[in-house]
Amino acid sequence: MTMAAVHIREVHKHFGGNHIIRGVSIDIADGEFAVLVGPSGCGKSTLLRMIAGLEEIGSGEIEIGGKVVNDMQPKERDIAMVFQNYALYPHMKVRDNMAFSMLLAKRPRAEIDKRVDKAATILGLTDLLDRFPRQLSGGQRQRVAMGRAIVRDPQVFLFDEPLSNLDAKLRVAMRTELKEIHQRLETTSVYVTHDQIEAMTMADQIVVMRDGVVEQRGKPLELYDRPANLFVAGFIGSPAMNFLPGRFHLNASGPHVHVEGGVILPVPLGTRAVEGQNVILGARPEHLALGAGAQGFGASVVVVEPTGADTQVFAKVGATEVAAVFRERHDFRPGETIRLVPDQERTHLFDAESGKSLRNQT
Amino acid sequence: MLSRYLNNRNVLGLLFMLPAGALLLIFLTYPLGLGTWLGFTDAKVGRAGVWVGLDNFRFLWGDEVTRLALFNTIFYTVVASIVKFALGLWLALLLNRNLPFKSFVRAIVLLPFIVPTALSALAFWWIYDAQFSIVSWSLMKMGIIHQYIDFLGEPWLARFSTIAANIWRGIPFVAICLLAGLQTISPSLYEAAALDGATPWQRFRYVTLPLLTPVIAVVMTFSVLFTFTDFQLIYVITRGGPLNSTHLMATLSFQRAISGGSLGEGAAIATAMVPFLLAAILVSYYGLQRRTWQQGGTDR
Repeated sequence: MTMAAVHIREVHKHFGGNHIIRGVSIDIADGEFAVLVGPSGCGKSTLLRMIAGLEEIGSGEIEIGGKVVNDMQPKERDIAMVFQNYALYPHMKVRDNMAFSMLLAKRPRAEIDKRVDKAATILGLTDLLDRFPRQLSGGQRQRVAMGRAIVRDPQVFLFDEPLSNLDAKLRVAMRTELKEIHQRLETTSVYVTHDQIEAMTMADQIVVMRDGVVEQRGKPLELYDRPANLFVAGFIGSPAMNFLPGRFHLNASGPHVHVEGGVILPVPLGTRAVEGQNVILGARPEHLALGAGAQGFGASVVVVEPTGADTQVFAKVGATEVAAVFRERHDFRPGETIRLVPDQERTHLFDAESGKSLRNQT
Repeated sequence: MLSRYLNNRNVLGLLFMLPAGALLLIFLTYPLGLGTWLGFTDAKVGRAGVWVGLDNFRFLWGDEVTRLALFNTIFYTVVASIVKFALGLWLALLLNRNLPFKSFVRAIVLLPFIVPTALSALAFWWIYDAQFSIVSWSLMKMGIIHQYIDFLGEPWLARFSTIAANIWRGIPFVAICLLAGLQTISPSLYEAAALDGATPWQRFRYVTLPLLTPVIAVVMTFSVLFTFTDFQLIYVITRGGPLNSTHLMATLSFQRAISGGSLGEGAAIATAMVPFLLAAILVSYYGLQRRTWQQGGTDR
């Protein structure tokens, strides 16, 4: 089993006049599953292609398995990549698609067959080995693309949005399968996606990128619990976090946020701001509870969406729309006023200007 | 009764197809049929022919000039097609890269194709002229030769000169069609191949060439058909000379039928070309065009 850490140090990249990657540094440990996530155009795919050697590195350094690969050809980097459109050779049978790299390397036929058969068994492709890609369904093609990567037994797997061409149900199934395969092979993997749920469910480490910069990286739940800024807070989690803009004031009963519309809420624990500072209070829909009397703040119900497992409620606080998710079933009517109480231990406070989290660095 | 027939899907379909069928019959089949029919008669200009069976073909088979024309046509087609394919593919591969002024360069490449053939043939005639040839003049000035070359005066030189003109005229068609084929190949296939460890040559050999084969088959079929039936270039540049060494079946057919007045004989020569053309089409259709990997599977 070959394994390797990947280190990306202060990497920059320009396309013409556009600064696409702006000083990115990421460390990925041996056997780790790292997910690069961000909106389209954030540079995550470019970064992946730079690791693969398909895109030149502007400045900075990329290291795979202890070797700086800046000047290495893709084939010398000992990596395998799964493309978004699978990039299967249409004129080759599944077997030859998977064996192509070993055929080029002039490996003995017996070894090639053994490795192809082994990978086919792992992925359940044994019956499809003599078919052409055209004769396969989308999910099967995806699997062949995986198989082509697995037979190589590379130091690092690179995935470029591999599930985005599949339908929703298959995507969830393949997600689980990919995670299983990774747990079995323990090969270092870098996975690019724009889907934060894929990132949350699969990653050991999530790297959130925007405009060529790493906004935050860490374990999935770290990002969920302690987002470093407004962007990460809004990007991770579904439905997205509610943001209530307001002003920080020290009242008699302690520090509070005076939210627009006359609502006064206690600040989240472990945060610090100065008197009168413009802040944004963040509360995830699942961290809003129903309150009675004068608890929390009043909101006027707009839409109720029961999903069976839980109830999603969209309501208005002044001009701001707020989402809440309850485990119980509720039968609110549109226009009805309900009281929502944020869980003070799980709310977040951000500076309105910089968007940075105001959590104490402890 | 009638209304029942008119409501029948098949009857109605046939009825609707009649006008189109009639047009096809009149404008496509009649000239072709007449040409073939003439080949089996002894028609001359001004005299309706009578059926002579295979007499024309028997005579032509024994005719030295016709045999030479057949050889010339095959030689002309084979050499010109091979060179057009090689240079056209090379040009297409170059144009498929990210060149500066890409669309401008591509437009330039099409020039020989859009110039009327008669005009470019005249230009080549001038280029090959025994006294004023620019090629001879340049080579003289460079000191490579000491005497003007008589491009069109010597049989083999004339053959190669006309082949060169045909290649010049035919390359754009091949190059542009192959370029269109190349652009249907996803760049990610090349990236995947590069990651799989393929050298540039291996990428061409194992990815480009097999994926381009269907396009190559179509393009080269057309190219062979055009070359085999070529008339304009030869007629303007050499009129078949010297000593019939550049006569092709098409030019000979015209000479015998119109200039010589033997309509039946000329038509027979033209008819004799058909089996060769059919053979070329069949080879490409069954040999190259259909690939198993293109078939099957409903899910794209």
